[in-house]
Amino acid sequence: MGEVVVFRKRRGVELVMLIMAMGLATGAYLLVNLNIGGELPDGWYWGVGIYALIGIAAHAVIRWRIPYADPLLFPLVYLLNGIGLAMIQRLDLGTNPVMHSAELQLTWTAIAVAVFAAVLFLLKDHHVLQRFPYLTFLAGMLILMMPLLPVIGFENHGARIWIKIGPYSFQPAELAKIVLTIAFASYLVEKREVLALAGARVLGIDLPRPRDLGPISIMWLASLAVLIYQKDLGTSLLFFGLFVMMLYVATERPSWPILGTLLFSGGAFLGWLTYSHVQTRVSAWLDPFAHWDQNYQIIQGQFGMAWGGLFGTGWGLGRPNLTPLAKNDFIAAALGEELGVAGLMAIMVIYGVIVMRGLRTALTATEPFSKLLAAGLSFVFGLQVFAILGGVTRLLPLTGLTTPFISQGGSSLIANYAMLGLLMVVTHRVRRPAPTAEEPLQSLAHDTTQVIAVPSRPADPRPGPDFDRTPISADEPTAAVPTPSGANEPTAAIPTPPGPDEPTTAIPAPSGPDEPTSAIPTPSGPDEPTAAIPTGIDDPRPGGRLP
Amino acid sequence: MNGPIRRVAFVSMLMTLALLVNLCVGYLMRSDSLNAHPQNRRVTDAAFAQDRGAIMVGNTAIAETVPSKDQFKFQRRYPQNELYAPITGYFTYLFGASELEQTYGSQLSGSDSSQFVNRLIDLATGAKPKGASVQTTLVAKAQRAAAQALGDKKGAVVALNAKTGAVLAMVSSPSFDPNDLATHDLADSQKAWNALTKDSAKPMSNRATREIFPPGSTFKVVVAAAALEAGYEPDSVLDTSSYRLPGTNVTFNTTCGNSQTLRRALATSCNSAFARLGVKLGADALREQAEKFGFGTRPLSDIASVASRFPDEIDEPQTGLASIGGFEVAATPLQMAMVAAAVRNDGVVMQPYLVESVRSADLQVLSQTRPSQLRLATSSSNAAKLRQMMVEVVTGGTGWRAQVPGVTVGGKTGTANSDNVRTPYAWFIAWADDPDVAVCVFVQDAEMEATDVAGGRVAAPIAKAVIEALR
Repeated sequence: MGEVVVFRKRRGVELVMLIMAMGLATGAYLLVNLNIGGELPDGWYWGVGIYALIGIAAHAVIRWRIPYADPLLFPLVYLLNGIGLAMIQRLDLGTNPVMHSAELQLTWTAIAVAVFAAVLFLLKDHHVLQRFPYLTFLAGMLILMMPLLPVIGFENHGARIWIKIGPYSFQPAELAKIVLTIAFASYLVEKREVLALAGARVLGIDLPRPRDLGPISIMWLASLAVLIYQKDLGTSLLFFGLFVMMLYVATERPSWPILGTLLFSGGAFLGWLTYSHVQTRVSAWLDPFAHWDQNYQIIQGQFGMAWGGLFGTGWGLGRPNLTPLAKNDFIAAALGEELGVAGLMAIMVIYGVIVMRGLRTALTATEPFSKLLAAGLSFVFGLQVFAILGGVTRLLPLTGLTTPFISQGGSSLIANYAMLGLLMVVTHRVRRPAPTAEEPLQSLAHDTTQVIAVPSRPADPRPGPDFDRTPISADEPTAAVPTPSGANEPTAAIPTPPGPDEPTTAIPAPSGPDEPTSAIPTPSGPDEPTAAIPTGIDDPRPGGRLP
Repeated sequence: MNGPIRRVAFVSMLMTLALLVNLCVGYLMRSDSLNAHPQNRRVTDAAFAQDRGAIMVGNTAIAETVPSKDQFKFQRRYPQNELYAPITGYFTYLFGASELEQTYGSQLSGSDSSQFVNRLIDLATGAKPKGASVQTTLVAKAQRAAAQALGDKKGAVVALNAKTGAVLAMVSSPSFDPNDLATHDLADSQKAWNALTKDSAKPMSNRATREIFPPGSTFKVVVAAAALEAGYEPDSVLDTSSYRLPGTNVTFNTTCGNSQTLRRALATSCNSAFARLGVKLGADALREQAEKFGFGTRPLSDIASVASRFPDEIDEPQTGLASIGGFEVAATPLQMAMVAAAVRNDGVVMQPYLVESVRSADLQVLSQTRPSQLRLATSSSNAAKLRQMMVEVVTGGTGWRAQVPGVTVGGKTGTANSDNVRTPYAWFIAWADDPDVAVCVFVQDAEMEATDVAGGRVAAPIAKAVIEALR
């Protein structure tokens, strides 16, 4: 057990970052209008004001409900959202007559942020989601397969990944990725020990037991069904990749991802051999110019990005409207055209940072459900970004997924903001200092259980235990000192959740390896029974460290 | 679980890295070819919307850009309509550009690498970028005179500065009005394009450089040059009696007695004499001489041009026909002007050129054409002999209509009548000593009997008009 790290709230940092993000997005919006019309439109301040207001309101809710949430996630997301709004406005102005989808998108942003806030209000503890793994899974699969239904499902640009109810169309995959991540996380928390059991050993790799292959087979078939019937490689890759990755994290068996990669490549290859629409996609990817009309969109996207060059034409100065569907699938190409390779790289890096913050939360978390949920949500988000940006830039065959937070579409925004809310609740729960009950911490160090000692890892770079130091408070001293009364939340009776992040404040605790396992044998809180088991539950390696 | 999560994080980072690297690789490897793609509307539109530089003749623009109120901001205009169309070409939205508008496209639009500094300055000062202007070598007076003299007849006139190779006049008729194609009313542009491309008279094909025709008797100058190079003298006596081509029934009946000097044979354009002489010299000697005058090369790089040809596979009777500019010998009017210019210029064939200089918007010279030698056609002394012989054509032969008082003019008429279906092609090539010019006149529809005098009657007066305009 390493020293306990107390995270600072960092809400001030978040506010500064948010203001910077909103400044960038506002600048983009103003530049778009100045570069196209030469002047700001009437009532431009309304748009800017509403955008700023939504951001500040969201920040206030975060400050109130989840003060320990990761400070980077929201500003980064809101920056992407603002860049998307500016680009949609730019594309509106490029049409004749001028369209008004940016206003609509701003309305959807307000609704999506409201949904985000609702998640923060309603979901005090994400563990409630853990209760019904099978029902959740069933719901997720149903949502995922909805586009295949008659009437409501429909095909758009060769991919049947849409449903349409009245005037609204929606990609169910956006919602399904959240639901299925929750389902996988709760299922794997229960089953991971079983799934980790080794079967035959081939080429130095422990294969899973054949009887455990059921779940992965189901997911494989589902992903093949998505590839073949929904005709979308990206969606297929998204869900199978998500499942395999979570299986790997849960079981720690490398055989799962190896098996998964083989299954997926094999399936995709068979799909390519058998189905002409898969071949069409692949040929459009490898040689778009072979079929000018059929690949018009990807060709125009390529022309746009080449025209933009290294630094882009500048906001409003390119011709992104020449690319069909520039507001949806190809908004990345439009950004590449006007912001250049440099600008698009910056956006890719922003996505990368969001994924990394999420995975970092997964590392910090102390119990498996939070770990799996945070890792799953982050990874599926990263995969989606990889699939769509890779498709637009011709790294992969094109897929019909949306570019999260940037491309036009209310349903996608809502789903992604809901996901962000969920992830931020997890980060809050994970980073929150858990005030211990009853005993002062000082006595913990002298607890008899600690004398049995956990072997220190020599490679551990962290400072060793410091039993004499009192907790150093961070920028918010009240939060950092664990008070015996458990001031923050009634569930706070668990031992201090340690983590590798920001080791600014060391609470005296027994030393140990860097795994932030909950090895402190203190009385557990009522809500999180797993955390109280003294045998480091999320580290099931043989020779566990505690007797 | 942290080990796998770290590995997942590593994979996620690799995915981001793959996106970044792919983007850079795509930029480095694909940008140029994508931007050069002919169907890339971003590039063509941008070129179309630019303040393009002018194409100048003297101090007058023959192609200029004027502000326009529609989506493209600028409209290309050709103030002289048809007159300079074969040289400027067109600059259109739907059909791209041709001729100087195409070959000097990057300079005119300001995107050429030589204008990099100008672009930087424009960027820094916020000035609207402006393309460079192209100064042609044409002389407005000569161009107008040539066009007027040619009138409605199908044909072409080329005048060269004999010393430098600079093109002084280049007229092709019928021509077209590039304004009709350059209009921003794309439906009109399309309509004009359809009409022009369907027109059997081929108004968009520059007859002076892009089409080859049998040069007829003007080719005898080349044969005479080959004879002189082979040791003949102007006063060598040739057998001018009727000549039956070896192995055939084709006979050239004599029109000039049974024997004459080379000088007289040229002045009277005696077919039987030259057919016999050509066969005697051999096809290889003729081809070599023709190539020394520039046959087989595309002489002009500024606008589209084709090479003139002397056939590779040729037997004796065909050589006889070729010697009088028949069979498959074919030349552009530009090439025949170069023949005359080489005679005037002591046997040196100069590289013809149309563009004097390119100047940036601030009148800084970006490039300047220096006259250069293309070939050496004959020795200086043989050129002098040829000059004497060609003067005699004008003073006492078929080309008397090209006489200009006070100027020494040498010339050669030609009439290609190799088949009896079409009306004969009338040719006249000439040079003058003051001004130092060479002219080739080609009239496709001489609209008269297929006699050898067509060149002298139809084409020579046009050459005279051009020479007079250049005085």
